Amino acid sequence: MSDEEDDIILSELDNEELVQQMHDDLYDGLREEIEEGVNILLERGWQPYQVLTEALVSGMTIVGNDFRDGILFVPEVLLAANAMKGGMAILKPLLAETGAPRMGKMVIGTVKGDIHDIGKNLVSMMMEGAGFEVVDLGINNSVDAYLEALEAEDADILGMSALLTTTMPYMKVVIDTLNEKGKRDDYIVLVGGAPLNEEFGRAIGADAYCRDAAVAVETAKDFIARKHNQMAAG
Amino acid sequence: MTLSDRDLTEEGLSLDAGGAARLLVIGCGAIAREILALKAANGWTHMDLACLPAILHNHPDRIAPAVEAMIKEKSARYEAIFVAYADCGTGGLLEEVCKRHGVEMIAGPHCYSFYEGNTRFAERAADEIDSFYLTDFLVRQFDAFVWRPLGLDRHPELIHSYFAHYRRLVYQAQVDDPALDVKAEECATRLGLAYERRKTGYGDLATALAAAAGATGT
Repeated sequence: MSDEEDDIILSELDNEELVQQMHDDLYDGLREEIEEGVNILLERGWQPYQVLTEALVSGMTIVGNDFRDGILFVPEVLLAANAMKGGMAILKPLLAETGAPRMGKMVIGTVKGDIHDIGKNLVSMMMEGAGFEVVDLGINNSVDAYLEALEAEDADILGMSALLTTTMPYMKVVIDTLNEKGKRDDYIVLVGGAPLNEEFGRAIGADAYCRDAAVAVETAKDFIARKHNQMAAG
Repeated sequence: MTLSDRDLTEEGLSLDAGGAARLLVIGCGAIAREILALKAANGWTHMDLACLPAILHNHPDRIAPAVEAMIKEKSARYEAIFVAYADCGTGGLLEEVCKRHGVEMIAGPHCYSFYEGNTRFAERAADEIDSFYLTDFLVRQFDAFVWRPLGLDRHPELIHSYFAHYRRLVYQAQVDDPALDVKAEECATRLGLAYERRKTGYGDLATALAAAAGATGT
């Protein structure tokens, strides 16, 4: 069989087949195919939020699960993320127009002294995919940068990331400063990064340690739901 | 004896003096040559060396259990064991293992730090957050430790995702070897980084091993 005969024409697939194919293409990090698939679904009248959740987020969840289980590795996850970014870039302005549900607002950044941002970027992307508004402060953030952004953005969640054992203690500096200023309880504090663990998260006074982007999304959703329940009860 | 970098990366190393040694150094394959150079230079004939595969560094969660297994396996045969690892991304777990077994280890976060000297490295840290370090071993094993595990052999376009925030590659030279210098500079070019060669020698590795060797006599 020739290569030509093997080629899949995305526009000829029905919706279910197309979404399945997009999951496969996301898994393989095929950005152009993902962009094409997103446009086809939009042309067929799908709401941007439905494209986001059913085609992109659920596909990226499969990637995340296989990364967690040691089936995929960082390079493959980066390629998948890059493909998802291509789809998100098309959807983002449309999501704003169509009033997709807003879950809450997160300020996220890598801590001072640390320039690593692969994990942080994945969390940002998946949080956006789950309906959170994300303000990404980038790398090498001082305690002042975090606190100013939290206040200016009226954020619900603070996310801090570190890759180095030498920089992860800075997370405690930020949390201690929030405590000193009496603002700790204003925010849900989530931490993550390769050398961290649950014990470290507890020891520094974070609300939760998140081992990967999928866990970060689920944890953020849980805490936001609890916050809303408390407000309703109060 | 000829040491193969590939074996040090994948298999580790076991040098056993046949029961005469009183001190066992359990080390990382990435610093095996350097430990053997110090052993030879100082006449530490009472020291055996067992190295775990250097590639464990790409899975730091496996280091502490592997070291602990080796301590348990070997401890009956020696008066003392010294662990020639720093924290190496174990997040304190290796230190806990060493404490549990009453064994000393090298202070510091990683070999880049102890080669340079932990104090000096810490002083420079704030100014060097955008530096990517290679040692003699890592220059020789650049493809096995950096290029292939990061998928850059298959997807060179990912360089930006990994190295966008890095500015320079610092080659921490343990020995003077012009060929390694050339290769290190090539590594910098491949990653799109500026290049600096910095002679460190063996740094705190020398003093830590000397203390361990001295404590068990010669």
